[in-house]
Amino acid sequence: MTIQEALFTYCLRRGDDNLILSHRLGEWCGHGPQLEEDIALTNRALDLIGQARNYLQYAGQVEGKGRSEDDLAYLRNERQYTNVKLVEQPNGDYAHTMVRSFLFDAWHLPLQQALTRSKDDQLAAIASKAVKEIAYHLKTSGDWMIRFGDGTAESHQRAQRALDDLWTFSGELFATDDVEAVLFAAGIAPDMAAVKSAFDSTVQSVLTEATLKRPMDAYMATGGRQGKHSEHLGFMLAEMQYLQRAYPGAIW
Amino acid sequence: MNSPGLFFVHYLMIINERPTAYPIFANIKTVAMEDLKLEELFQAKVDAELKIEPKDWMPEKYRKTLIRQISQHAHSEVVGMLPEGNWITRAPSLRRKAILLAKVQDEAGHGLYLYSACETLGATREKTVEDLNSGKAKYSSIFNYPTLTWADIGAVGWLVDGAAIMNQVMLCRTSYGPYARAMVRICKEESFHQRQGYEIMSVLAKGTPEQKEMAQDSLNRWWWPSLMMFGPSDANSTNSADSMKWKIKRQSNDELRQTFIDRTVQQAEILGLTIPDAKLKWNEDTKHYEWGDIDWAEFNNVVAGNGPCNKERLVARNKAHDEGAWVREAAMAYAGKQAKRKAA
Amino acid sequence: MSNTNENNWPLWEVFIQSKRGLDHKHVGSLHAADAQMAIENARDVYTRRQEGQSIWVVPAAAISASQPDDAAMLFDPADDKTYRHPTFYIMPEGAKYI
Repeated sequence: MTIQEALFTYCLRRGDDNLILSHRLGEWCGHGPQLEEDIALTNRALDLIGQARNYLQYAGQVEGKGRSEDDLAYLRNERQYTNVKLVEQPNGDYAHTMVRSFLFDAWHLPLQQALTRSKDDQLAAIASKAVKEIAYHLKTSGDWMIRFGDGTAESHQRAQRALDDLWTFSGELFATDDVEAVLFAAGIAPDMAAVKSAFDSTVQSVLTEATLKRPMDAYMATGGRQGKHSEHLGFMLAEMQYLQRAYPGAIW
Repeated sequence: MNSPGLFFVHYLMIINERPTAYPIFANIKTVAMEDLKLEELFQAKVDAELKIEPKDWMPEKYRKTLIRQISQHAHSEVVGMLPEGNWITRAPSLRRKAILLAKVQDEAGHGLYLYSACETLGATREKTVEDLNSGKAKYSSIFNYPTLTWADIGAVGWLVDGAAIMNQVMLCRTSYGPYARAMVRICKEESFHQRQGYEIMSVLAKGTPEQKEMAQDSLNRWWWPSLMMFGPSDANSTNSADSMKWKIKRQSNDELRQTFIDRTVQQAEILGLTIPDAKLKWNEDTKHYEWGDIDWAEFNNVVAGNGPCNKERLVARNKAHDEGAWVREAAMAYAGKQAKRKAA
Repeated sequence: MSNTNENNWPLWEVFIQSKRGLDHKHVGSLHAADAQMAIENARDVYTRRQEGQSIWVVPAAAISASQPDDAAMLFDPADDKTYRHPTFYIMPEGAKYI
């Protein structure tokens, strides 16, 4: 695998994670638990879609076949999508949505912080912009974890259940393969062990304050990076890609 | 005190509102009180273009009219998120998706500014939202129409936001301070909404034959409901007279509708789309367009709850509110615990 | 659902400083469960277009306001004290830097 090939896949993964999660968060728009919160969640979705666009544009550039961000977003199938399974999980209740974001953010921040030091200038530039956004995401999703965990008996129970349900998807965030290895050797991608240890320490401190229990690291679901997704993704893409598929070649 | 008019009002305020502080005016005061009751003083302020602020005395009907109008306006913003939000997950490009998200989010913000203005009149968010969810309060009937195709997102921006902004620009000068300030903020933000809608329409109109047909179909469906947004014609408008007198409104429904039509016809021509009104015609004498008959029976029907999506909209709002209850409760419970810990 | 009243987030007034060196200006209000959330909500609601660089939030219930009825008593006495303004004074022709 060449560095260029690895870099293309690496950018797709970052783009897909952000795109799919922003799509899920966008489903909340107009349906949030409080008007203020609706606005906050949409800001989060907007940040992620901005990051997705940066990565997909760069992926197209690295690939060199003239594919645009929209070609990559709208004209790839389920098996070609490389996001982790965590982000495609349905919104569920607000606890599921927040726990999903919290796990993602707790991984995303140290990853992007490390990427600011990437030897690939473009990746470093994208990360430098993204870290400010993600720092805020982690702050607010962490705040909600604490509010839920240490709020009412009901919110505690809902948060714990969401955490138990989603924990199995957290392992995939740190999975490494040839793509990671090639880029790590080239100083482009960071050491995932360091990212994992930052994740663990964030999770530890937030869950403690939230009086929530960290689930056991039992079986961890994988497959997203290889395009082996849950059944949810197909429906999401069917909805997302409908116009591009129904009117091939049209400009919007 | 630049003008005699202003001075006069100010002078009356002194003698009427704080008579005891000015004993030498005591005699004048008794005379003045007979002639000019509080309501006249209020009207004098309005006539002198002084803004009315929350703690000022105001006629009960002014307060009620404002609460009704501002809360309806707020509800319209919030319910308006639904037909557009409907297409966020189906937006045809990442750029469009981001724009639509930002736009629908703005509507939430606008609802929020307006609920805030309402609170200054003593109508709490809780109560106002309850009135919406129970079906007691009204909102703009336009949002009871469905967004069936992507072109509808264009038409809503171009026509619905275009019609709304006519009203909103006028309301920047409304007599009630907090309402006017909210509208200034809204108008600033709203300016991209109509443009993004028109841009969508223009891309479709220049696109494939199917896209152009989609745009025309959308214009056909949204044109008349957009004209209805200005409300009943002046002759049949029950709330207009007081609202004009109190300068809550400054232009009549028909005046605003006329300006909207005059502007929009030209915009449709540039797109190469046809306004679905066989009677539409330029009048060289009045320098305005004449237009056909609005189907007020349809309007009344939608207002009465029989529009295509009235039920869905209320169900969606109630669901969000009810399912959010435990979230709001959790946040309060946590805030309470934190406050106690701090105090301890 | 238990008592709805106590589960409603209280109202906060929001003040935004748009640039360093300027005053914090009242921009509106919002609901939040606590001060931290009020700041975060204010960020999301009132600074979406680069309007701010600093936020103050104050519980609306903590604000005391003067009464409009008192306006004359409070503010009119300042009307005839124009000697508080520099333009009140007549300076000799040709005097500089004063």
